[in-house]
Amino acid sequence: MRDAGMSKLRASVLMRHEVGLHARPSVKLTKLAKAFESKIDLGLSPDGPWVDAKSIVKVMATKAPKDSTIYFRAEGEDAKAALDALVMLVDGDFQDGP
Amino acid sequence: MSENVGIVIVSHSADVARGTALMVEQMVGREVPLGWCGGDPDGGLGTNVEAIIAAIDRAWSEKGVAILVDLGGAETNSEMAIEMLPEERRSRVVVCNAPVVEGAVMAATEAASGASLEVVQRTAEELTPV
Repeated sequence: MRDAGMSKLRASVLMRHEVGLHARPSVKLTKLAKAFESKIDLGLSPDGPWVDAKSIVKVMATKAPKDSTIYFRAEGEDAKAALDALVMLVDGDFQDGP
Repeated sequence: MSENVGIVIVSHSADVARGTALMVEQMVGREVPLGWCGGDPDGGLGTNVEAIIAAIDRAWSEKGVAILVDLGGAETNSEMAIEMLPEERRSRVVVCNAPVVEGAVMAATEAASGASLEVVQRTAEELTPV
């Protein structure tokens, strides 16, 4: 059993989306992040700075360009599932999921 | 009945209001109740209280409605429309101090997660330069 209170899981993924993390991809990413209970942060380097991945205003403000690596860290019961889903979204070029 | 806060777009221009609503639908989705109005009955620019009330009705949600407005009269007419709502609805409708297009998309993104009216308003207003 993991100590849910303390551990922060991490993941990163290369974003190849043509326009980068602009309006539409940001909305999709934020909506997906909000579907999870865990606290989820997003950064453009492994050391941050971190923004709340559930904040549409902050995610859009990162203006991450094409070919950036997106770093996530998550903390909570469903952290693993959240990171898997977010990585899949970015890796899948923000296509509509099932 | 929707579990999400509704969004109303009020612009002086019917084209701006309709276009903004389309952006919300295509970027965020249809899970957020949406109403919009703009222009005067003769096809010119303007806003009017009756049309705003009708838009609030279309977007109505028990969780409340956030209104995004463009300029001057859109705001005062929206406030007047809120005053004319049935009393039990009045406290559940707010006008956001935010740019209309960006605010509508941000507010709808927040609303789509099931957030409260207060949180939806705060998200839209995060955009406002201080």
